[in-house]
Amino acid sequence: MSDLFQIIDPSGKKVGKAPRLKKTILIHMFQAMVRTRAFDDRCMKLQRTGKIGFSVPNRGIEASSVGCAAALDATKDIVAPHYRDFGIMLYHGISPERMMDTMFGNVDDTAVGRQMPVHFSFENPLRYLSISSPLGTQIPQAVGMAMAMQRRDEKGVALTTFGDGSTSTSGFHSGMNFAGVFQTPVVFFCQNNQWAISCASADQTASESYAIKGEAYGVPGVRVDGNDVLAVYQVVAEAVKLARNGGGPTLIEALTFRMGGHSTSDDPTKYVDADLMKEWEAKDPIMRFRAYLLDAGHMTKKEAEAMEADAAEEVLAAARAAGAKGVPPLDSVFGDVFEEMPAHLKVQRDFALHHYSSRGEGVNDKGEFPL
Amino acid sequence: MTALTLVQAVNDGLRTAMGGDDTVMVLGEDVGLKGGVFLATDGLTKEFGEDRCFDTPLSEDGIVGVGIGLAMNGMRPVCEIQFQDFIFPAFDQIVSEAAKMRYRSGGMYTVPMVIRTPYGGGIRGGLYHSQSGEAYFAHTPGLKVVVPSTPYDAKGLLIAAIEDPDPVLFLEPKALYRAFREEVPEGYYTVPLSKTRNAREGNDLVIYCWGAMVPVCAEAADRIAESRGKQVRVVDLRTLMPLDEEAVLEAVRECGRAVVVQEAPRFCGYASEISAMLAEHAVEYLEAPVKRVTGFDTPFPNTLENYYMPDARRVIDAVEQVLDF
Repeated sequence: MSDLFQIIDPSGKKVGKAPRLKKTILIHMFQAMVRTRAFDDRCMKLQRTGKIGFSVPNRGIEASSVGCAAALDATKDIVAPHYRDFGIMLYHGISPERMMDTMFGNVDDTAVGRQMPVHFSFENPLRYLSISSPLGTQIPQAVGMAMAMQRRDEKGVALTTFGDGSTSTSGFHSGMNFAGVFQTPVVFFCQNNQWAISCASADQTASESYAIKGEAYGVPGVRVDGNDVLAVYQVVAEAVKLARNGGGPTLIEALTFRMGGHSTSDDPTKYVDADLMKEWEAKDPIMRFRAYLLDAGHMTKKEAEAMEADAAEEVLAAARAAGAKGVPPLDSVFGDVFEEMPAHLKVQRDFALHHYSSRGEGVNDKGEFPL
Repeated sequence: MTALTLVQAVNDGLRTAMGGDDTVMVLGEDVGLKGGVFLATDGLTKEFGEDRCFDTPLSEDGIVGVGIGLAMNGMRPVCEIQFQDFIFPAFDQIVSEAAKMRYRSGGMYTVPMVIRTPYGGGIRGGLYHSQSGEAYFAHTPGLKVVVPSTPYDAKGLLIAAIEDPDPVLFLEPKALYRAFREEVPEGYYTVPLSKTRNAREGNDLVIYCWGAMVPVCAEAADRIAESRGKQVRVVDLRTLMPLDEEAVLEAVRECGRAVVVQEAPRFCGYASEISAMLAEHAVEYLEAPVKRVTGFDTPFPNTLENYYMPDARRVIDAVEQVLDF
């Protein structure tokens, strides 16, 4: 149980049998990881310069996200994510600009500016369920979505991601328990990044691992090196295959490290030992996969550098485009509460529109009202 | 037409909805072969199979969380929470998830789900089998709250709730489950949400109430008619959110005096919202202060429950005070 499945060691050396993946897929995985880091870096800068209100660092967890993503079939499968998984979206072709729209909460944000940054919702090209701030709530929901696919015999799988802290929530317990009882086609992916804000993994549970928690629910548990994208891909692909073929759920624990704060509002130097941070820097998932791909001759150093530069440029352009868009109209505050707007909300909407227009506020930059 | 009790009408409503739509499924504790602790789901597993009506582990947040997932992925789940008192482990899933999903995803993900649960006192259930928690839920944007008081309405409102595109909390007054029978049409019909019903006609005073308080208020109205010759209108709100506010205001404009009756504790209760609404929008029609008749601001007692729950006599006292103001 405590064995950590690994294919590439931290130096980039192959230590296990690599999955049979086409070169184009391997490069796509690398690109998604690079874009994840570029997106993360840019969001940190946008927040520090006051352009956006909030972000959650993704540095260090890129292999976990992308390894998961690469094992999914976007035409069939569903993701019920937590908030620290930019790479899943980027791998599946959700553009940096669409993601930036949510970071800015602008008029094109799928959440219509109603949620904080990072709380994405997408359905195309991948069903990526609207993210919630309360933790673990998506876990039983993933089981329900999987159960619906099971009932319709669609061979689809729901993958739900969550951090190590979320294994302490009631949602983890009820989701795992229901999935075990009903043998639903779901993959539980615990991104053990070792910190729940400031609570270290060792203080989160007395279990010898997170994967072992599956045993109590009759759900097989697997531990994988979360900084090894091929190993993550391999274990998720096996779990997805099992679920797709009616073999029930799997709990995967990917051991990784959050190389930053919980969010932009957090200072991890107060509680993360600097030496520990250094130790994990040496296990960086991108450097590792980069070394592996170079060594295998799948890309040249020059090509890798070009991909890195392109990613940074693409993300910067996305941020500029999203930042230039206006905010959602004022009446969007009152939409989507129910499918049909009830009378009391119409009254409140009309009040807001009238009140703010009479104060000369709520007017967009073209001087039009409502916003 | 068949004469059914309220709980039989719920059962008939579920059967009708499941028969008409393959995506309707029932899940909850003991809802399968046992048919639910009140027999609301009796016979459904036998008729529709275990895929359509099934027992779950004892986990309210699991039932609702899984229900939300089913609803977001093409099904029409009807979750049963065995007693409303047990719903609180699922409060996060209901309030933070089901109610907000449409809003937070810009309409991309929606939760057409019903949560049925028996609420209220009258069965000597003590603190944890008697509560009336409607105010917690009616306060939550994005959630509909429906409370039937008759067998006819129970079936028709339940089918309408199942067909509704938004999450509906369906509070069933357990005190009325087997209190009386009523002719209920066979097969499909709906009673629209957000429409009130007059349980008694009259223009001298209006009582607003819902669920198990409706027959209590109707009895009070009958006794006032007999003792004083005053005609008291009894408005059964039926849907608490979204409320038919126009019907509420129209009734007070016509009657000029109002009493609001709820079984729940007084402070911040749903009756307070109705009172505020009348004060804000109909003060020029009021000939007396609005009076509330409610449970007490205590937990729900067991042995002395009859002294806790408003009865016809308490309602009559309040009505007389408002009439005599």
